[in-house]
Amino acid sequence: MTTPTIVVIEDEKQTRHFLRLSLEAESYHVFDADSGNAGLKAAATRKPDIVILDLGLPDMDGVDAVKQLREWSNVPVIILSARSGETEKIAALDAGADDYLTKPFGAGELLARIRVALRRTISSEQTESGIVSVADLAIDLVHRKITVAGEEVHLTPIEYRLLSVLAKYTGKVLTHRFLLKEVWGPNQVDNAHYLRIYMSQLRHKLEKEPIRPRYILTEAGVGYRLAVE
Amino acid sequence: MTDTRPDPDLLLEMVQREQEKALRGKLKIFFGASAGVGKTYAMLSAAHQLRARGLDVVVGIAETHGRAETVALMDGLEVLPRKEVEYRGKRIAEFDLEGALKRHPPLILIDELAHSNVPGSRHPKRWQDVDELLAAGIDVYTTINVQHLETLNDIVGGITGIRVKETVPDKVFDQADEVTLVDLTPDELLLRLKEGKIYLPQQAEGAIGNFFRKGNLIALRELALRRTADRVDDQMRIYRQERSIGTVWRTQDSILVCVGPKPGAEKIIRSASRIASQFGVEWHAVYVETPQLQYQPNSVRERILKSLEFAQELGARTAALAGQQTERVLIDYARSHNLSKIIVGRDQHRSWHFWKRSFADRLGRLSADMDIIQIANIHPGTGIKTESPTQFENAPRSYWKSYLWTATECATVTGIATLLLPYFDLANIVMLFLLAVVFAAVKHGRRAAILAAFLNVILFDFFFVPPRFSFAVSDVQYLLTFAVMLIVALIIGQMTANLTYQVRVANQRETRLRALYEMARDLSSVLLPQQIVDISHRYIETTFKVKVAILLPDTHDTLQPTEAAAGVVPAIDPGIAQWSFDRAEPAGFSTDTLSASSILYLPLRAPMRTRGVLAIEPLHSGWLLIPEQRRQLDGFVALIATTLERVHYIDVAQEALVRIESERLRNSVLSALSHDLRTPLTNLAGLSESLAHSRPELPPLQYELAIAIRDQTFRMSSLVNNLLDMARLQSGNVKLNLQWESLEEVIGSALASCEQQLKNYRVDVRLPDEFPLLQFDTMLIRSVLINLLENAVKYTPPHSHIIIEAHLESNLARISVTDNGPGIAHGSEESIFEKFTRGVRESATPGVGLGLTICRAIADAHKGRIWAENIASGGARFVFTLPLGIPPTLDTEEKE
Repeated sequence: MTTPTIVVIEDEKQTRHFLRLSLEAESYHVFDADSGNAGLKAAATRKPDIVILDLGLPDMDGVDAVKQLREWSNVPVIILSARSGETEKIAALDAGADDYLTKPFGAGELLARIRVALRRTISSEQTESGIVSVADLAIDLVHRKITVAGEEVHLTPIEYRLLSVLAKYTGKVLTHRFLLKEVWGPNQVDNAHYLRIYMSQLRHKLEKEPIRPRYILTEAGVGYRLAVE
Repeated sequence: MTDTRPDPDLLLEMVQREQEKALRGKLKIFFGASAGVGKTYAMLSAAHQLRARGLDVVVGIAETHGRAETVALMDGLEVLPRKEVEYRGKRIAEFDLEGALKRHPPLILIDELAHSNVPGSRHPKRWQDVDELLAAGIDVYTTINVQHLETLNDIVGGITGIRVKETVPDKVFDQADEVTLVDLTPDELLLRLKEGKIYLPQQAEGAIGNFFRKGNLIALRELALRRTADRVDDQMRIYRQERSIGTVWRTQDSILVCVGPKPGAEKIIRSASRIASQFGVEWHAVYVETPQLQYQPNSVRERILKSLEFAQELGARTAALAGQQTERVLIDYARSHNLSKIIVGRDQHRSWHFWKRSFADRLGRLSADMDIIQIANIHPGTGIKTESPTQFENAPRSYWKSYLWTATECATVTGIATLLLPYFDLANIVMLFLLAVVFAAVKHGRRAAILAAFLNVILFDFFFVPPRFSFAVSDVQYLLTFAVMLIVALIIGQMTANLTYQVRVANQRETRLRALYEMARDLSSVLLPQQIVDISHRYIETTFKVKVAILLPDTHDTLQPTEAAAGVVPAIDPGIAQWSFDRAEPAGFSTDTLSASSILYLPLRAPMRTRGVLAIEPLHSGWLLIPEQRRQLDGFVALIATTLERVHYIDVAQEALVRIESERLRNSVLSALSHDLRTPLTNLAGLSESLAHSRPELPPLQYELAIAIRDQTFRMSSLVNNLLDMARLQSGNVKLNLQWESLEEVIGSALASCEQQLKNYRVDVRLPDEFPLLQFDTMLIRSVLINLLENAVKYTPPHSHIIIEAHLESNLARISVTDNGPGIAHGSEESIFEKFTRGVRESATPGVGLGLTICRAIADAHKGRIWAENIASGGARFVFTLPLGIPPTLDTEEKE
């Protein structure tokens, strides 16, 4: 695999600066843009492997930028948000973003997210083979067989559907709303308690320590994701 | 009636009645034919039974009259102390209403319902005290004799020859929840009397001895039995009505009773009330104010109004009507109110007016479709001991004055006519005399017109008809002239007088309406309560010539006199005003409550609630007895009340607007602040980290410094977050994002977030299996847990043991974070939750101490609690609670 290319869309000069430093230190190709329009153009021309997008852009709403990008590209998008409220992040994730970081964040954290996103592009090819594995957990989507450390685990149909949706989007942050829609259908998106109950059941069946989950991670106030390991 | 479905209005009324009844206390009456049948004894026995069953019974007042059996029964019952009231130098022990309300037992015994309280008590009658007790939700047992029932009072008087003044309205008896007849045969009663077991008041021994004759006792017993039977009958009817068996309450057969100026109206009213209750229909009592009545002395008018009031007390709807012809007005009223039976008194004194039809006949001719019921009108006072009826006052002097004036005018006309006689025909001279009659009618009214008519015919005959200066008439033709002249004069006089009267009535009505209209117009534009007070003062004072004050409540519903109020009406009693406000009932002058007061307190009742009290000091006692005036005052009061309410809601709307606006502003400031502070912090953290990892590699010291800058930046960031969260929570109305959440998940999320700090600590989570979902804002509760965990890390040495536990209690979940560190300084368990307080003062341990304050604000917002405690084995425990709700159920069924 060649050196991955990253487009950074961020209006703050200093932020752009240290992002470039940190990313280049890991030998990524970095192209940056200081506005939404310029960023979208760069994303179109540079064919990046990842787009890092700040939600507080001067010329357009970050959520709109994600929507526009998603019209023609499946490139993983990591959003940066300076607001503590969850609503904006959820909106961006629902619009198609893959992951998010709340400012301020450490470079280590960012690089970890980038690695997850890159791996996700690879694992989506892996999904074709029908098997998703995270450490000891193996999800065979073809045979509908779940094993933890080689031992088969029996899931109810809904538990299985929930896990399969998570597996389909391994590494991506899936919002509560998205999961409810995928598993229970568009009429049940307000019944968040379904998700809480089944998620708890699922963790108790899969995780050794449900309070410290390794496979299905909680994104507080936003949703869940299946870990990539 | 063909329609057997229940009337919807009646059903609604029934539902409302049920609701009211459910809140009110229950009234049980022990009913007897006469004194000595053992009512008090029966009541006390019943109380003992209830007490034995564990009910908290209190004797409010019980007259034992020294009877041994009864006294014995008082043993073991709690007796409420009586209140001593000073009256005319004597101290009288009365029932203590306030004490009873304060004691608030579930059941209270009140003997002798008909008792009249000492003047100056809150209510003039004991039954009104009982009413207030019932309204407060206290059950009451009471006693009453048949002769004390208002409608039976005069019948009993007729039988026994003794009338009691202490009466109780029948509605109290009829609305009682239970009536128990305490019955004793006359023979037994007489035996008890002979044995001295019955108490007789000293002063009236003779009369009462007369009372206890066997014949009387039989009659009284029959009355009591029959009244009880009527009640049972009513209950049966109500039962049928509630289950819609047979016919429902008839609204169209209602009764109209006409109150006239003659004495004895009360008897007619009592009869009407009885008939109405037997038929189970509503009834109206009206009086018609005709021109003739205008000339009645004041005492007569007052008596009529008293009669109307009496009718109202007995449950009638009353009205005062004005018109020319009593019959017509009555029939019109009856038709417009769907009343098909008219009750009138039978005139006895008109028998010599053989040419004149009786009033009932005249009514009957006008309304062939209505039933006219005549009631024999025996004057009270014949054969019955009673107060003598109010004497007619002599006709006022002003009549004599107007007669004198009329006579003078007639004389003047005669003089002028004498001067004109040489030039004019006699036929024209007659016209002058007719003119004089018209003049007298306009100026002095109907009686003067009659006088003028006769006087003028006489004068004309004497002075002008030949032979002049004699009453002899030479030409018979003049007899016709006299006759026609007299008739024309009388008719013109009557018509003119009536016209003048009607103009006056119309004028009065117009003045009243105009005042109402103008006040409504003025009030429609006001924006401040003070303006309302000023306008109301102006209109009420000029319209009624009385002193008024408006009292408005403060935020605690306590009435505050407006500035001017005390100056205008100095005698305002804040207690009565407050009572009226709280109960939304009129009090004071001319009402049932504290009527000894010289001031009338009217609650300003608006659609949503009572808005204040209007205090009025009337000029004389007769004021407000006139229904028209009362109605106008009610109109004013309603206007003031609705205006006060309107102004109140303007305030509410404005406040809400300001609140929304300031909320919006605060949110935008906070969010801008959050963005502006985070951006430089992000850069600082990112740049220092880039510096640390820059190439070529930094020497170790420089590397450490760069990492330290990054760490301090993150600390700074969490501080900023705390400050912003605090600002948001302190603003009061935080919108919680309440969802049904899993506690396990939020604890897991908090642990993950503190992973770095907790590296060197042992953390145990003890959660019961199957912990229910709780409703909370997950980000806020996560923040509480993070704060508590960070706190534990801050104040305990590395490798300490931290335990997170959760328990279910009856209606809440209890979550605790416990450490085995040094614990909290004794006495500061509470103060650490205050802003900027830390466990150890001036220590080097980082943190502004805002963390716990935020935890408390979050717990409060969730209607939970948070507190800290030291545990016996050493260490601190922070506990917070969340209310347990009923989590929604899963609609999707699933089997393994």
